[in-house]
Amino acid sequence: MTALPDRTDRKLGLVIDLDTCVGCHACVVACKGWNDQGYGAPLSDQEPYGADPSGTFLNRVHSYEIKPATGGAQHVHFPKSCLHCEDAPCVPVCPTGASYKRAEDGIVLVNEDACIGCGLCAWACPYGARELDLAAGVMKKCTLCVDRIYNEALPEEDREPACVRTCPANARHFGDLGDPDSAVSQLVAERGGIDLMPEQGAKPVNKYLPPRPRDAWEGEADVLAPYLALVAEEPQGFLGWLDRTLGKI
Amino acid sequence: MQPARSLILFTTLSGLGFGLLVWLGVDPTPPTGWVALVFFALAFLLALGGLAASSRHLHRPERALRAFTQWRTSWLSREAWAAALALAVMGLHGLLLVLDIVLLPLGWLGALLSLATVTTTAMIYASLRTVPRWHHWSTPALFLGLALTGGALLSGRVPVASGLLLVIGALQLWVWWDGDRRFARSGTTLATATGLGEAGTPRALFPPHTGDNYLLHEMVHVVGRRHAMKLRVIALLLMVLVPLGMLQLPMPHVFGLLALVSHVAGVLVSRWLFFAEAEHVVGLYYGRR
Amino acid sequence: MTPEPQIELSPRISDEVRKTTCYMCACRCGINVHLKEGRVTYIEGNRDHPVNRGVLCAKGAAGLKQVTSPARLRAPLRRVGPRGSGEFEEIGWDEALETAVSWLKPLRETAPEKLAFFTGRDQSQSLTGWWAEQFGTPNFAAHGGFCSVNMAAAGIYTLGGSFWEFGSPDWEHARVMLLFGVAEDHDSNPIKLGLAKLKARGAKIIGVNPVRSGYNAIADEWVGITPGTDGLFILSLVRELLRAGRIDLDYLARFTNAPVLLDCDPKSAERGLFLRDEEGRPLVIDRRTGKPAPWDGEGVEPDLRGRIRRAGVTHHAVMFELAERYLDPGYAPEKVAERCGISPDQIRHVAAELARAAFDDPPALPRRWTDFRGKTHETMPGRAVAVHAMRGISAHANGFQTARALHLLQALLGAVETPGSFRFKPPYPKPARAHSKPHHRSRPGKPLDGPPLGYPQGPEDLALKDDGSPARIDKAFTWENPLSAHGLMQMVISNAHAGDPYRIDTLFLYMANMAWNSSMNTRGTIEMLTDTDETGAYRIPHIIYSDAYSSEMVAYADLILPDTTYLERHDCISLLDRPISEPDAAADAIRWPVIEPDRDVRAFQTVLLDLGARLGLPGMVDGAGAPKYADYADYITNHERQPGIGPLAGWRTGPQGIAHGRGGPNEAQIESYIGNGGFFTAEIPADAAYYKPWNRAYWDWAVSLGLVDGPRPDLIQLWCEPLRRFQLAAEGHGPRQPPDHLRGRIRTTHEPLPVWHAPLSDAFEDPAAYPVHAITQRPMAMYHSWGSQNAWLRQIHGVNPLYLPTHWWEKLGLAEGDWVRVTSSHGEITVPAAHMAALNRDTVWTWNAIGKRKGTWALDPKAPEATKGFLLNHLIHELLPERGDGHRWANADAVTGQAAWFDLRVRLEKSAAPEESQPVFEEIRSTVGDAR
Ligand SMILES: Nc1nc2c(c(=O)[nH]1)N[C@H]1C(S)=C(S)[C@@H](COP(=O)(O)OP(=O)(O)OC[C@H]3O[C@@H](n4cnc5c(=O)[nH]c(N)nc54)[C@H](O)[C@@H]3O)O[C@H]1N2
Ligand SMILES: Nc1nc2c(c(=O)[nH]1)N[C@H]1C(S)=C(S)[C@@H](COP(=O)(O)OP(=O)(O)OC[C@H]3O[C@@H](n4cnc5c(=O)[nH]c(N)nc54)[C@H](O)[C@@H]3O)O[C@H]1N2
Ligand code: SF4
Ligand code: SF4
Ligand code: SF4
Ligand code: SF4
Ligand code: SF4
Ligand SMILES: [Mo]
Repeated sequence: MTALPDRTDRKLGLVIDLDTCVGCHACVVACKGWNDQGYGAPLSDQEPYGADPSGTFLNRVHSYEIKPATGGAQHVHFPKSCLHCEDAPCVPVCPTGASYKRAEDGIVLVNEDACIGCGLCAWACPYGARELDLAAGVMKKCTLCVDRIYNEALPEEDREPACVRTCPANARHFGDLGDPDSAVSQLVAERGGIDLMPEQGAKPVNKYLPPRPRDAWEGEADVLAPYLALVAEEPQGFLGWLDRTLGKI
Repeated sequence: MQPARSLILFTTLSGLGFGLLVWLGVDPTPPTGWVALVFFALAFLLALGGLAASSRHLHRPERALRAFTQWRTSWLSREAWAAALALAVMGLHGLLLVLDIVLLPLGWLGALLSLATVTTTAMIYASLRTVPRWHHWSTPALFLGLALTGGALLSGRVPVASGLLLVIGALQLWVWWDGDRRFARSGTTLATATGLGEAGTPRALFPPHTGDNYLLHEMVHVVGRRHAMKLRVIALLLMVLVPLGMLQLPMPHVFGLLALVSHVAGVLVSRWLFFAEAEHVVGLYYGRR
Repeated sequence: MTPEPQIELSPRISDEVRKTTCYMCACRCGINVHLKEGRVTYIEGNRDHPVNRGVLCAKGAAGLKQVTSPARLRAPLRRVGPRGSGEFEEIGWDEALETAVSWLKPLRETAPEKLAFFTGRDQSQSLTGWWAEQFGTPNFAAHGGFCSVNMAAAGIYTLGGSFWEFGSPDWEHARVMLLFGVAEDHDSNPIKLGLAKLKARGAKIIGVNPVRSGYNAIADEWVGITPGTDGLFILSLVRELLRAGRIDLDYLARFTNAPVLLDCDPKSAERGLFLRDEEGRPLVIDRRTGKPAPWDGEGVEPDLRGRIRRAGVTHHAVMFELAERYLDPGYAPEKVAERCGISPDQIRHVAAELARAAFDDPPALPRRWTDFRGKTHETMPGRAVAVHAMRGISAHANGFQTARALHLLQALLGAVETPGSFRFKPPYPKPARAHSKPHHRSRPGKPLDGPPLGYPQGPEDLALKDDGSPARIDKAFTWENPLSAHGLMQMVISNAHAGDPYRIDTLFLYMANMAWNSSMNTRGTIEMLTDTDETGAYRIPHIIYSDAYSSEMVAYADLILPDTTYLERHDCISLLDRPISEPDAAADAIRWPVIEPDRDVRAFQTVLLDLGARLGLPGMVDGAGAPKYADYADYITNHERQPGIGPLAGWRTGPQGIAHGRGGPNEAQIESYIGNGGFFTAEIPADAAYYKPWNRAYWDWAVSLGLVDGPRPDLIQLWCEPLRRFQLAAEGHGPRQPPDHLRGRIRTTHEPLPVWHAPLSDAFEDPAAYPVHAITQRPMAMYHSWGSQNAWLRQIHGVNPLYLPTHWWEKLGLAEGDWVRVTSSHGEITVPAAHMAALNRDTVWTWNAIGKRKGTWALDPKAPEATKGFLLNHLIHELLPERGDGHRWANADAVTGQAAWFDLRVRLEKSAAPEESQPVFEEIRSTVGDAR
């Protein structure tokens, strides 16, 4: 099972919009909640009320400050889960075949019944997308909510990942990135979606939409200047203008 | 990373064990009878002890047999096979030697498999692009060199050991020197990790979680690296210089043993550094390496 | 190669889904609670719900862990050790209630005001307020006084509604959105949904905030303002727009009081009040006749240039004052920029951007409508500038006037209730005059003469006793803060402790962590709660508290009434209170017990009704003295505030069966809500959905739904007459006079047109000695103190560094892992530091309410929240430092009494890393045992 499929029929994945993500962590907890009761072992927490709490999460939201060459610093919230890579390095390293990529849709999964908890796949993943569950002793990772997206027990509209469904800022989109006509592919094309760590060669399926330019106003000041063309400087002048303007009405 | 004791022990001990097996396998006049028993028992103890230590690293060891299934792609699986075959072949070879039956080709095959075992172990690390320091031909080279050196010391091959010590000393120095540059060379930076390089220079701001997690614990452990320089000196002294000196002294039995002890201690330090200094690219996301 | 494993792609999620309302914060989203074998297993957003449309925030999704938290209280508790020790014994409910009655009954019979009943994160204020009224104490308020009364009061006095959760940007049509001082707000999910809509449409978001995180991080443009200076920035925008004539004259004339005539007679005792006709209606000049006419006369066309000469005096319209005031060069961008910490160019740029969005090709909805003067308009012209603001503006001592300035800016642009701008949510618009006035006359054994809170119109409405002393324990509605519409919860403990204005007997608190993160001067508050008098008795003799969890406050009460969690009780999110309406619909909602409590706890509202019945309070007992309501659900169903109007508007009974809005009680009402997902909505007809305050169709609809008894259109009060009345009093006019030491301050702060004055503390604390502003922000994934007991959320926010801007980071020579000592004029803390570049140059900040007291919340005393986490509250005092004038001035807005959390000034020093964040408080014994 550890060989990657030559090709997958579809490339399901997420598109994450860094322009609108407000860093609310909703997707983090929705993911935890869904997967705590869904696919495979629950996501355990160690010392949940203790001095050093830790736990398994399949999705985490980082945050970065950007210092542009000129102008003030900017700030980007950055969610990250498994990117369901085409050349997923986490798969071939797995000694047991527990880690695999589905041929039909490209989802990368762990067969928890076969996993020995060696951790190698997590080491092979450049993105930190795998966390070993310390209670179950097996590797956990984003399943792309494989138990939602095809789930016939769910209403049609709910057949999308839990994190996508919950994101209040609409920063997460789900779809087939192998189909150039899909909404997500269009979005990627339009907004110049990018790969994370392309040099690592994993060919991630998930794409990130870069933040739109910020603080672009300095260049725009001239364009806008006419909007503040003076009608009056003094109260008297202003009232005169008022008189004239209202007189016209 | 977090230098896991099980991994340090495993790689060091099994390296030593398989190193010894290599020399036993290629020995044109191998020991026989009781002497063979002692040598082989020692090699097996080391190799198996190492394997046992490594299985402690598994969270579901009861399923360990599954690790034999994926030899087509997984170096860890290949290692399992190589180790099992090497031990089987060398076991047979040893048994025959104890019974005074010398079948040299069997030894050559076993030596080859032992070398393969060390190589596969090293390849587990070397194949990880995510750890630029490891992702290099020098990782198997050093692992092999150390295994052979340790084996040579164990089997009392003074001239060979001396030569090997010089070689691995040089290699180790270069690995450290070059290793320190590999992360930068890999081209992976926070800018490529986040794709935010276009807009400027990114810096990690709020952590995604203030609590601990598997990744931080396992891969982004930075404690101890501060003493790296000191430890490198210690490692080099213990692993190469002290044994090299001892080997030149008379009383090869006493000093040979001391040389061996020093060397193994040095390898343990070097191995500790190998893991502790490993910087996984995921650390970038956390603003650490 | 082995085949792919077979996996179950269509697992059943749960046995049952129960739809109710989230209460991990006050946003009140709809949730689907999934149960398996009777246990909650998963919570997701309700797609049909008007608030959240299916999405859920981090807290909401973690509700599961709130309901299973080990910090949940388990039974009523009676204190056995000293206050603060955490030593309690469990008692039964009868004993608990009888104890409360034994304290309260004598008070009601002799001096009801000796009960102070204050509620924190209360979503049932229409019940709790009514209860206080029936008890007869004026000493009731919720937490608005320390929360955002500036925003609420400024909005209501100016627009007849406020931002907060009572209004919303027109996400569908806005082109520019100005966001002032918002980190999260009560409308958490709707704001995010809205920002996403703006982004999708390519609208521009401008974030005005000293800190660039969250919403400000995604803003297209960031104005990194210096705290407390927004008013200056806004008035500078106003000046630029006026100078360029980029204002909506038609809108100003029709819908604001800019054309209303002022009494300009310098000798008059009514100078600055409106000229009125015999019926008391403010006058405008009608453009059709050039003659004065009542502002709301049929067909009147008010003239902005209006002036009239009477008895030798020229009286002019408010517009004249406006021009005079704001064209002042003192508001020029160059003049204010330095103080605001931004560049003059940016101010001008923002002004131009607003002008463009408002006046260039404005949207116009093809909807015909008729205004209150009877004029029919063919379309609804829009002004695509949306504004939203919250505590960044309101938690300053100049917040009331700053919020007013913001409303002025909106009005000048025609950007209130027009397409693309800011819209009210029913029951708003509701102008100040339509609200009740404060009532404070308490009499033994009798209810109060009316609701204790309200909106004063002038000095005559203050809550003063005949001798001029404050009638309320919190001194709300006094000369110190006349328009304290939400009461002053932050003053209750210190006033009660000081016996000023009088001693009380019982402090009854609900859902407010007053011994920790919701108090200023936390250490002092703790001391006041535990302080004793000469006889050794506590200065505040009795404290009753209802909490659901083992919070810091629990340890300081004598009697604990443990509440249920939000999934275990009925709640009513009522149109009489803080409903969940949207600009296009009125909406209310319920919570209902989707699971049964597994402990000896009771819903607080049920307990309150029980207590009321035991005390024989009117409305809570029947003629025979028997309890009128079995429980809160019974009250929700059957209580009527006035005939046909109850807590819930949906599924009432009318003459022809089910009726919405007005109607009699319906025994199946709650079932109907449950069947509908826990909420009710009543759509506003399209032609009534904008221009609401002035739109006849809107008022017709509101009357039919029972929101109001009759239409009550009103103008935007750019000139705020009630403020002027207080000013007049300060100038010596009228029978009720302020004390002399307050005259000057009332004159300057109660300007009828918005002004900016420096935060009060600037005059008390030397800006050179305390050069840095220190503020807090709410983390999106935490709700005040509750989140820390949540196993999932606390992994996200378990500690809170103090974020320093580059300027100070470098100046102090700090490196990662360093600590800083932060000193204010009141206190000192030593805390972990972190660097953040996207920050106002002189501002530091941290996440709010992460720090915890050891031994609380069922956390390990070594929990990071207790060892590294910290509160800024230790540095903030409810009073400003002594100034040698014989008074301790409140650290609060002089108009509303709003606590000025964000006026905090500090100085910073690098510190050696201590073991733990300083100060360290003694460990409290856990009231829930060692739950780990
Ligand atoms: N430094 C600083 N301090 C601040 C602020 C700030 O910005 N900076 N903000 C201020 C503001 S605006 C506010 S509103 C206050 C908020 O402060 P509080 O109103 O004190 O808010 P919480 O900390 O949430 O405390 C509410 C209490 O209600 C309890 N509770 C939770 N659920 C239930 C329930 O179902 N039933 C009952 N009976 N109790 C329950 C909790 O356990 C907790 O003890 O903090 C203020 N404090
Ligand atoms: N997740 C979550 N949601 C909550 C709460 C919670 O605890 N957690 N609490 C609820 C409560 S009680 C309230 S009152 C609301 C409050 O909601 P917000 O108003 O969003 O409250 P704060 O987090 O206090 O945010 C204040 C913002 O104002 C900025 N600020 C401070 N001073 C100034 C200033 O002078 N000018 C400007 N322009 N900005 C300034 C701060 O940087 C911060 O971003 O949130 C409610 N919603
Ligand atoms: S993101 Fe990591 S875990 Fe996911 S497919 Fe890629 S390499 Fe594997
Ligand atoms: S941890 Fe499990 S899935 Fe990962 S490589 Fe090891 S066996 Fe495979
Ligand atoms: S797709 Fe599902 S499993 Fe993956 S991050 Fe989203 S919620 Fe988690
Ligand atoms: S839920 Fe959406 S906005 Fe919130 S952190 Fe996740 S991606 Fe960002
Ligand atoms: S915003 Fe979050 S916590 Fe607040 S009610 Fe909605 S889902 Fe619940
Ligand atoms: Mo608040």
